[in-house]
This record gives sequence, structure tokens and C-alpha cells, in this order.
Amino acid sequence: MALTSDHIRDKLRTELAAEYVDVEDTSANRCAASFKVLVVSSQFEGKPLLQRHRMVNTCLAEELKDIHAFEQKTLTPEQWEKQKSK
Amino acid sequence: MNSLIRYTSRCLRFGVASSLFGQAEGRMWTASTRLLCATSDLQKDLGEMVKKDKVVVFMKGTPEQPLCGFSNAVVQILRMHGVDEYAAYNVLADEQLREGVKAFSNWPTIPQVYFNGEFVGGCDILLQMHQNGDLVEELKKLGVQSALLDAEKDSK
Repeated sequence: MALTSDHIRDKLRTELAAEYVDVEDTSANRCAASFKVLVVSSQFEGKPLLQRHRMVNTCLAEELKDIHAFEQKTLTPEQWEKQKSK
Repeated sequence: MNSLIRYTSRCLRFGVASSLFGQAEGRMWTASTRLLCATSDLQKDLGEMVKKDKVVVFMKGTPEQPLCGFSNAVVQILRMHGVDEYAAYNVLADEQLREGVKAFSNWPTIPQVYFNGEFVGGCDILLQMHQNGDLVEELKKLGVQSALLDAEKDSK
């Protein structure tokens, strides 16, 4: 299982029924595997930030073992629309 | 806010080089790591460590010298709110602590922030809480008046 942006994007999209996922490989800025993800899913509706992030962490539990640095932004479809219109 | 981002990205670029130095500064806050010999003891100690102080941060480096951009961001955010008194544990000074706290919090990365013994999150969460005003509220619940509230009052 290769630790690539595509693999992470597909996993998040499938397991979190995400309508939009963006994965940025930020490893070039650091010395080891690092990723920055944005996940938009209606499954985040009504859930506090910590719970949303734990959902992502659970989804990527295997991958995170080999990831050195990880940033994530979790939005509901409504929050995503609002952000895009700014 | 922009200067925070610029400073953070500088730290991210030079983070690796500076990890060769600065081991001494962590000693003040890692006194309790002397007690952490076995893993199960560590989990028990962590339970006490996070409750001992209102604000607890597990980070890379120290508040005076963070050794990671994300840890630095947490330090800067707390500083902005006038939170200068908190327990900071340097996970780079203790590999057992570094792995133990990840297991304890069930959270894969450092930094990790605790308020009143409860896990709050990492850098991303703290940053979003700072941006949407939740951090001021959470600090109020701890009995801590955020410095940003005073700043607002002064400017009105």
C-alpha cells in the first residue's frame, strides 16, 4: 500500500462519503511523509471539531503510522459553500 | 495573523536543523518524566499530568524554543490569549513519553492540548477555535480571561 495523495483521497472519499476531498503532499517542506487534507462530508454535520478529526484519524489509522506530520480541515457541505463564496 | 504564519513556516523550514540543539531548555518541564519507567505507569502518570494543570501541552521543544512549526503555532496562539502559565512537556526529550501520549490520547500527532484534563486537539483544532472565537469561550470556562477580550475592551 503506497502512501500517496491519491490513495488517501480515495480512502477518505469512500469511507467518509465525502463530497469533496483535497489532499496536498507537503512532504517537500519537511523531511518525512506529510500531508494536508481538506474533507467535506455531510457526515460531519452536528459533530464537534474533535469528533470530526477523530473520524478522519480512524479512517487513516494505518496510513498515519507512517505519516510524520498531518494537517486536516473538516467541513460540512454548508460550511464549504460558505467558504467558497468568501 | 500573517506574522504567525510567516514565523511558523520559518520554523517548519529550519525545524530539522534546530532539533540538534536545545535539549537543555526542556528540563524544567520534564521533571516528572523521571517517574515514567514502565508503559502502564506512564499511562497512569499521564492521567495525572493532564489533570494537574488547567492547560497542558505536549509539544516538540519548549515554549521558549519550539522545535516544530505546529508546536510553535500552539505556543503562539496561547500567548496571544495571554495564557503564559501552563504545563508544557517536551516529547523530544523522552521517546517513551512521545509514544505514550499518542496512545493515551488516541491521537497520532504532536502537539496535543488538554484543558482541565480533557483532550482538546492538536494545532489545527486550536487554530480553528482561535479563529471562530471558541477558544475565548473555552478559556473562560477554565476561569481564564483571554487577553484578546481585554484588547477588545480597550479598543472600544
